[in-house]
Amino acid sequence: MTAPAPLTVRFDRVSHRIGRRTVLDGIDLTLTERRIGIIGLNGSGKSTLARMVNALVVPTAGRVLVDGLDTARQAAAVRRKVAFVFTDPDAQIVMPTPAEDVAFSLRHQGASPRAAREQALSALAGFGIDHLADSPAHLLSGGEKQLLALASVLVTSPELVVCDEPTTLLDVRNARRIVRLLTEMAPSLVLVTHHLDQLDALERVVVVHEGRVVADDSPAAARRAYLELAEERP
Amino acid sequence: MIGLYVPGDSFLHRAPAGVKLLVLAAGLAAFGLLRGLGAVVVAAAVEVGLALAAGLGPRTVLAHLRPLRWILIVIGSLQAWLSGWQPAVVVCGSIVVAVLGASLVTLTTRTEDLLTALERGLGPARHLGVRPDRVALVLALVVRAVPVLSRIAGEVHQARAARGAQRSMRAFAVPFVIRSVRYADRLGEALAARGVDD
Repeated sequence: MTAPAPLTVRFDRVSHRIGRRTVLDGIDLTLTERRIGIIGLNGSGKSTLARMVNALVVPTAGRVLVDGLDTARQAAAVRRKVAFVFTDPDAQIVMPTPAEDVAFSLRHQGASPRAAREQALSALAGFGIDHLADSPAHLLSGGEKQLLALASVLVTSPELVVCDEPTTLLDVRNARRIVRLLTEMAPSLVLVTHHLDQLDALERVVVVHEGRVVADDSPAAARRAYLELAEERP
Repeated sequence: MIGLYVPGDSFLHRAPAGVKLLVLAAGLAAFGLLRGLGAVVVAAAVEVGLALAAGLGPRTVLAHLRPLRWILIVIGSLQAWLSGWQPAVVVCGSIVVAVLGASLVTLTTRTEDLLTALERGLGPARHLGVRPDRVALVLALVVRAVPVLSRIAGEVHQARAARGAQRSMRAFAVPFVIRSVRYADRLGEALAARGVDD
């Protein structure tokens, strides 16, 4: 069986301003690959760009289309297709225990309490944290919390997963584990990262600098462009 | 209630959450009407019996009562000074009985089951414009937020101490409020990302 075609995400002359500050400036971009990276220095606008795919941020000018859906007007439909993983899992986990948090995602899709719990336990087992199902979420380690955040997102079978620096707070081992799971389990992935070694698992990498796309290339070429930016005097 | 569920298979664990909440409410109401030292002793004995039957060890139960100790000392001392030792024992015993009763419910019931029961119980309030699912979600978020805010307070306290400003209330309040608001903001964003309120 062949996998369904990846979603097309189109940025059509997208700008975003907060007060007088221009965060994104005239972005024209069409993303069609399954594994896409976004890199850039701090404050470059890469997180805002990623948030636009999930309609968490809407452009102040231009439009973002996800599978033809306008994120400004069809946010609910967009979010049914696109999931989002945040940097800090503490802000993403909304229920007191792992089983309840995963079940919350399923209940929101209409599952009964019993079915949601069974499916949640199965999802947690898939991530190797089913033994923590009824533990207080605040007592999990950073790696376990991010695994839980991932399980809660992937259990809804999204077509595209957008991750905003999901490994920034993790050690190397957990970071590698998270990226491996993401690349294995997410049907399509947009990964915002500062870890350049994670780019090797991707097909295409966009480099954002001062609100503009300054490179859009293979991982190796994008890495070079990023490192040149990092070498520049501030 | 903060994720304190202790897994088990006792009759108390198996009892529906709604029934446990109703029995707790009715029991505490009856206890309030009866009052007196006798009622405190009987209610405490029943609760200890239920705790043992549910397989909850003394350490687990006492952990729930430990945070009360300062309140009990202050209230007990005041009552003993103003009204004598017997009213002091009744008042303090009543507080312990109420907290222990509530703890028995939370220790043997998953938060999700409690919230589902609450959501069901609030069903009729839909006619008054109340959204039971939203009420349950808000309570779940409160339960989830308490340990996060507690961690933030601990980190801010340590940061304040590291900078030698242990006594400065401002050095605690300002970063604590800012970080708490930021947490609330990110939590709201996470809920939006998960499609809540779409």
